[in-house]
Amino acid sequence: MSTPSQEQARPPLVEVRDLVKHFPIREGIVIQRQVGAVQAVDGVSFDVLEGETLGLVGESGCGKSTTARLITRLLDPTSGSIRYRGTDIATMSRRQLKPLRREMQMIFQDPYSSLNPRKTVGTIIGEPFVIHGVEKDDKRRKARVQGLMETVGLNPEHYNRLPHEFSGGQRQRIGVARAIALEPKLIVADEPVSALDVSIQAQVLNLLRDLQREMGLTIIFIAHDLSVVRHMCDRVAVMYLGKVVELATSEQLYSNPQHPYTGALLSAVPVPDPILAAAKTRQVLTGDVPSPTNPPRACRFHTRCPKAVAGTCDVTEPLLEPKERGGEAACHFPLSSSEVAEAVPTAR
Amino acid sequence: MALLEVRNLSVQFETDDGVVQAVDGISYSVDQGQALGIVGESGSGKSVSSLTVMGLTRARNARISGEIHFDGKDLLAASAEDLRQIRGNEIAMIFQDPLSSLHPFYKIGKQLVEAVQVHQDMTKAQARDRAIEMLGLVGIPDPRKRIDSYPHEFSGGMRQRVMIAMALINDPKLLIADEPTTALDVTVQAQILDLIQRLQSELGTAVVMITHDLGVVAEVADDIAVMYAGRIIEKATKETIFAKPQHPYTWGLLKSIPRLDTPRDQELVPIAGRPPSLIVKPQGCSFHPRCPYRHDACLPQDPPLEPVPQDPGHGVACVLAHDRREQIWAELRSHA
Repeated sequence: MSTPSQEQARPPLVEVRDLVKHFPIREGIVIQRQVGAVQAVDGVSFDVLEGETLGLVGESGCGKSTTARLITRLLDPTSGSIRYRGTDIATMSRRQLKPLRREMQMIFQDPYSSLNPRKTVGTIIGEPFVIHGVEKDDKRRKARVQGLMETVGLNPEHYNRLPHEFSGGQRQRIGVARAIALEPKLIVADEPVSALDVSIQAQVLNLLRDLQREMGLTIIFIAHDLSVVRHMCDRVAVMYLGKVVELATSEQLYSNPQHPYTGALLSAVPVPDPILAAAKTRQVLTGDVPSPTNPPRACRFHTRCPKAVAGTCDVTEPLLEPKERGGEAACHFPLSSSEVAEAVPTAR
Repeated sequence: MALLEVRNLSVQFETDDGVVQAVDGISYSVDQGQALGIVGESGSGKSVSSLTVMGLTRARNARISGEIHFDGKDLLAASAEDLRQIRGNEIAMIFQDPLSSLHPFYKIGKQLVEAVQVHQDMTKAQARDRAIEMLGLVGIPDPRKRIDSYPHEFSGGMRQRVMIAMALINDPKLLIADEPTTALDVTVQAQILDLIQRLQSELGTAVVMITHDLGVVAEVADDIAVMYAGRIIEKATKETIFAKPQHPYTWGLLKSIPRLDTPRDQELVPIAGRPPSLIVKPQGCSFHPRCPYRHDACLPQDPPLEPVPQDPGHGVACVLAHDRREQIWAELRSHA
């Protein structure tokens, strides 16, 4: 595990600044006019350091998947910049992007719908080579694909099988093989294990970790399962309603969360230990996440925050800034150590 | 006497590919006011066994054998009409996906009122009052107004609350919850688990909680049954399952999940392979192809669930000797 000082030494691979994505809501059948916007991502800034795994966590609708799709430019940002190795890719055209696509790949949540059911596994994994014109010779391409299948723990003899002949965990391995085919620098994994059975999850998580070590991959890891994120990630960004509310190393975030929302998330995780489960006072957030079409003003969490102070939290927006006890958080009244100890079962 | 008693239940489905042994001779019981957690992966038979209790697997291609006694009644022998009386009245069920369990065209008030009037002799106005009361009880804000909303106007967590209100509206003796929080975010999951626990203690309802999440059962259940390939392979109190598990599959489950209360860099130990086919099951113990402790004795036959010495309430289906199992778990544990 790396210490903060080592991490400072790593150069950033991706620098995201003030990234915004608004999806317009239109009304009318022939003449459409915009009546509002879903503010999916609204001013997000963070760095992804080379060789690290950065976790993005938050509840559904917080903008974590949108952020991932913006970074890989599967979506066009409304505004803001995404610098990949120093070059701003936020406004690049498709043609300009194509050479960069080799370096950034995605792994998707659902191994059933992200593989073409009519294509053989060999064709699916070999497709990146064809698209980018890397390995034009059929024989050599087959050899490389079979090598990749071996790397991810699939039987190379299954080259000509179709996706439906594989189990969920094996299909996710096919997705991983396809993602690493062109030896990318950055992998964006969007909920890569949440569709898998418990006993299979660990297999895929270990595979991703081993590949990262061998290939020096940088990974953006999106998941809603906070235990999985803690296991996989060096640093974690917590998102709420399109904003990053806390950004810290895993060590820091899980033992010493600053933002009340992070505290509530950690408090809500069921712990598979009856004694710990009985000992903690679970801090239950009331209500639901507000609508991203009309998010609360100032601090977006103030409507559900147990520590919100009227006149401050609903008036001034807190900025993501370094806090005394380490890490960065966007909060006027960060949690005290005693509050953390009470609500978070794993706090030290 | 136990409220629900399932004895030697087997459920088979005839399919074009062969006979699927979904549930293969399981027995368990739930007392009044008690919560049983059934843990297992997809295809372990945990849902099919509970659907069978509700009489929901009575299809033409299903073969059901064994006994299910609920509150003195034999549910397998009951007529469809009798079952309809029990279902939603004495035994209620909530499902994973609250959106597909509610009718999208009707206001939730109409659906709740219908649930009451099917089983109780109440006027519409009385039933509506009861519905409003239940919505308030499960924590829907402003129930008098929200009762006239459509399902799509609720969030996922609120819909699951509506489902719970509907399930509990006739004061059932038993609530079967099949992965009730799997589709929900953690903060909402915490709200729903709290709600189920609170209602259980206030109303004295017995609960069968089906889930793949060991964390969820650790919070909610009193007893836990671990299922694998259609069989219960270990059964004990919650405390015992987590402190002194005896089956290699249970060890595998506990060691393969990342948890917040262990060191961050601890290696995950995955269970090798994948769950077996339920059509052609492995010979002998169904888990032996994936079990790191298998030996010749695993092959001849599937071991029955037998009590652990000194702990009659703790059942394990494994041929390993008891002291050998204790020794292995002690080693596995010290690696933590």
